[in-house]
Amino acid sequence: MQDQIDSLKADISAQIEAADSMNALEDVRVGALGKKGSVSGLMKGLGGMSPDERKVMGPALNGLKTDVADAIAARKTVLEAAELEKRLAEERVDVTLPVVEHPAGSIHPNSQVMDEIAEIFASLGFDVAEGPDIESDFNNFTALNIPEEHPARQDHDTFYLKPDADGNRKVLRTHTSPVQIRTMMSKEPPIRIIAPGRTYRSDSDATHTPMFHQVEGLVIDKDTHLGHLKGTLEAFLKAFFEVDAVTLRLRPSYFPFTEPSMEVDVQCSFEGGSVKIGDGNDWLEILGSGMVNPRVLENCNLDPTIYQGFAFGCGIDRLAMLKYGMNDLRAFFDGDLRWLRHYGFRALDLPTLAGGLSR
Amino acid sequence: MKFSLSWLKTYLDTDATIDEIVAKLNAIGLEVDTVENPADRLAPFTVAEVLAAEKHPDADKLKVCRVSDGTNEMQIVCGAPNARTGIKVVLGQPGDYVPGIDVTLKKATIRGVESNGMMCSYRELELGDDHDGIIELEDDAVVGSSFVEHAKLDDPVVDIEITPNRQDCLGVYGIARDLATAGLGTLKPVAEARVEGSFDSDVSVSIDDALVENGACSVFFGRKFTGVENGESPKWLQDRLTSIGLRPISTLVDITNFITHDLGRPLHVYDAKKLSGNIRVRVAEAGETFLALDDKEYTTAGGETMIADDAGVLGFGGIIGGDASGCQLDTTEVVLECALFDRIKTAESGRKHGINSDARYRFERGVDSLFAQQGFEIASQMILDLCGGTPSHGFKAGAVPAWDKTVSFRPERVRTLGGLDLPADECVRILESLGFEVSGDAPFVVNVPSWRVDIDGEADLVEEVLRIHGYDDIPSVQLPVIDHKAGLTLSPRQKRSRAVKRQLASAGLYEVMTWSFMRRDHAALFGGGDDALVVDNPISSELDCMRPSILPNLMQAAQRNKDRGLDGIALFEVGPVYADDSEKGQSLVAAGLRAGMNGARHWAAKQAAVDVFDAKRDAIAALAAAGAPVANLQVFAEAPDWFHPGRSGTLRLGPKNILASFGELHPAVLKGMDVDGPMVGFEVNLDAIPSRAKKSATKGALEMSNLQSVERDFAFLIDRNVPVANLVRAAKGADKAHIVDVQVFDVYEGQGVPEGQRSIAISAMLEPKAETFSDKQIEEISTKICAAAEKAVGAILRS
Repeated sequence: MQDQIDSLKADISAQIEAADSMNALEDVRVGALGKKGSVSGLMKGLGGMSPDERKVMGPALNGLKTDVADAIAARKTVLEAAELEKRLAEERVDVTLPVVEHPAGSIHPNSQVMDEIAEIFASLGFDVAEGPDIESDFNNFTALNIPEEHPARQDHDTFYLKPDADGNRKVLRTHTSPVQIRTMMSKEPPIRIIAPGRTYRSDSDATHTPMFHQVEGLVIDKDTHLGHLKGTLEAFLKAFFEVDAVTLRLRPSYFPFTEPSMEVDVQCSFEGGSVKIGDGNDWLEILGSGMVNPRVLENCNLDPTIYQGFAFGCGIDRLAMLKYGMNDLRAFFDGDLRWLRHYGFRALDLPTLAGGLSR
Repeated sequence: MKFSLSWLKTYLDTDATIDEIVAKLNAIGLEVDTVENPADRLAPFTVAEVLAAEKHPDADKLKVCRVSDGTNEMQIVCGAPNARTGIKVVLGQPGDYVPGIDVTLKKATIRGVESNGMMCSYRELELGDDHDGIIELEDDAVVGSSFVEHAKLDDPVVDIEITPNRQDCLGVYGIARDLATAGLGTLKPVAEARVEGSFDSDVSVSIDDALVENGACSVFFGRKFTGVENGESPKWLQDRLTSIGLRPISTLVDITNFITHDLGRPLHVYDAKKLSGNIRVRVAEAGETFLALDDKEYTTAGGETMIADDAGVLGFGGIIGGDASGCQLDTTEVVLECALFDRIKTAESGRKHGINSDARYRFERGVDSLFAQQGFEIASQMILDLCGGTPSHGFKAGAVPAWDKTVSFRPERVRTLGGLDLPADECVRILESLGFEVSGDAPFVVNVPSWRVDIDGEADLVEEVLRIHGYDDIPSVQLPVIDHKAGLTLSPRQKRSRAVKRQLASAGLYEVMTWSFMRRDHAALFGGGDDALVVDNPISSELDCMRPSILPNLMQAAQRNKDRGLDGIALFEVGPVYADDSEKGQSLVAAGLRAGMNGARHWAAKQAAVDVFDAKRDAIAALAAAGAPVANLQVFAEAPDWFHPGRSGTLRLGPKNILASFGELHPAVLKGMDVDGPMVGFEVNLDAIPSRAKKSATKGALEMSNLQSVERDFAFLIDRNVPVANLVRAAKGADKAHIVDVQVFDVYEGQGVPEGQRSIAISAMLEPKAETFSDKQIEEISTKICAAAEKAVGAILRS
């Protein structure tokens, strides 16, 4: 009997080893351990044995059964591993294939720069104010101390709309300064605002377009003076151009709405065809500014013996060009996708003081 | 405003170099545009002598000259008619650059004869217009010497941009005064002059009362001269004028031009023999015509300040004189005019007729009124000095207006307004040096000189002190920190604009910025083009109307990109559109456009042309970013005319409040704008979105059920024309307590579906409240959905 068991075991072991698929292994299992299987057949013989025989053969047969089951399980693991191996091999893809990329648009440099400017001035306690593009002559000129036929008006190359029934012509604002007027007319000092927006002048070349963007700054309270203007502009330009220090040069100039008035130059270098703000031997004219003219305060019903403050105006497109290195303003308004891809910003490139303004 | 260094030095005693002068001019607000020294470009040219000039063997008009520069002799072929033996000439040799013809000389052979240089004309050296022949120098010119030295050309010319407020610096004297005050030398006084006439002029002048009263012409000084000798002016005067780019004309005219630029005092001279009767300053009637000194004929619009005589128009006062009464080289009798014209009137008339004269330029900025008589006498004296003749007694109409302007000045305002702590006596010194009279104790009473018409108040005096002292010393001061609540820097509208931009860029659209104006006929295609929004003076007819919509600009930008060979175009802009010319007529719109295929051809994705649903998706994304309650939006299959009527819609909050429109652009509109379709677009009116009352940052408690949700699918047949949205709304409303979402996952028509019907498959998400659904409960909800669908849109459940 023991011989028979040994022989069967060897036989089944050989079959298990030979099984090269799960199906074949299953056949072996059924052939051995199934109801009509060889091992089961021997087990059935236990019933006809004497108690003594059973004592010996019982454990032997059970041992056989266990050994066979273990061997099948072991073989199964091997076969499964092989099968998985095979499947994985079959499932291989070429991961060098390009993917369908997430759609990526971009933010226009002007929007980005406006966000940067707002971020900087927010930290200095400024609000962002707005006004309409189509302005009254009063807000764009007269209230700003530029009366009719004033030579300064001729410098503005103003666009006019067709006259209305009363002969009045609205203007496309030539600067963002009318927002100063609107703000002072509607708000009690202290005032700290910037006003970015579209502005219009009849002019066209590489650095002039009939529409462009300006940002206006206005501070009105009781004791703000030129030193504050200088300090504010330094803080702004330093932050905007992300440099350790800027040196400003104020040059006396003339704007009807400020007195004293000055152009502001920033120290820079023009090496290798690009502008570097912060140091160098050259100066770059960057904005116009001054102390708000008492006449303008009066025009806005503010008492100039009590209130004073400064104002400045600066080209946003120009700031963008200087910071990000574009040299043709016309391209800003052309919508050329190649330009937008190159100069645009990712949607998530939100400028913050904490995270930095530019990427 | 141009002047030469030597001219400046007639009023400024200074050792300063040109660089120092330029730096100081910039520092005190007289911005230097250019500095040019003729000596720099003419340095190589020398004085030479023509030793012999013989006819060219093969050319009638050419001469072969033997020329000596003192050391060498050379042969030069010359075409000038005045090239002849013995004259002193200006020689350029091979290698020298001749600026007037933009040529660098080299050895040449002209008609077979070698030529080793060039004898130059004035025009070739950019010293004038004369090109009738080569320059003939004076006999005493030293052969071999530098032409620049001989002609005293080493005299830099400065061009400064005078801001509109500084009329006083439109004469060299005023510039010298500023520089002297700023410490660059000593100001020399203007010569005194007083001409005694010897007879009474037979010509007189009158100013119509109206013009005296409104100040259009407040005073007119006149004087007649007989027996003058006009002709060409002396060389020094010609040199002065040519140095600043003016053309010498005749002595009389040159005198007026000189004094205009020397002292900022415009004048006029009439040929007295051409006058008919007396001079009258009057208001022009409409339709009067005259030929002016610029050789153009002008017709009055009426209202101009006119100088006239009995015969007709003599000129526009303060702007330009007439040709008929102008002085010629042979003029022997002359009337000098020195008058005062109103700034505004002069500007108005000058602008109306497009005349930009030196006189207008000065009068419209405000000429020194108290200087009128002195300027008149200086001019009279100069005429006598240069032209001889006999002067009449002066005659005059009107009166010099009184000038008495005082400003109160507290020197501490330099600190409290200007930010610079400057001693009071330095402030006073600066003001006095500029011609202000300062009296009393602080606050001082400051008398404003008549040439400073720009000074209005104390702030102007602070500026005078600061600009002369220099702005460099002003210390930087930080603004005090104020209480500024975070998040209030931007208005809600600005925040919306920002969010929408970032959202659309993440969705794959590129932000563009396009003109606020466009072609009027294109505007008309988008509901615009009203008269009230037409630009009166557009820069081009392509940009003559304020835009009613951003879409046309995006369409054109898309087309430009297509023309460059790009596809898959997705653009957006957030910006203004204009319904009328009022403030409320401007609204902030986010518009986007897609054209071509969605994405590039790709091995892993099927490429599809953009369609209306892309535009709808963009619009909803923009609205969501702007904070609109998108769950409450209703979709209407009606949209503005510029969209395809069957492939467009509007998104609304209630039937009236249209937040957005979207769709495929109408083929007729595409054609009207000459762009290739199909294109799809959307417009979101950011101003129409109701603002949310934000009370607190908390988001409210979240309720989450642990019970198993159930998804049930239904396929309904509905009429083809029934909007699916109605079916979805009905299904959602069938049992609001339990149905949390309904999605459409299949739309089918064709085989198996009856003609005129569609099969719509929806999936309803059911969420139990108290306990897990029983089969029966699910069955009940399903029945409710079917009933609601049938009731609302006649939907039949497909078996």
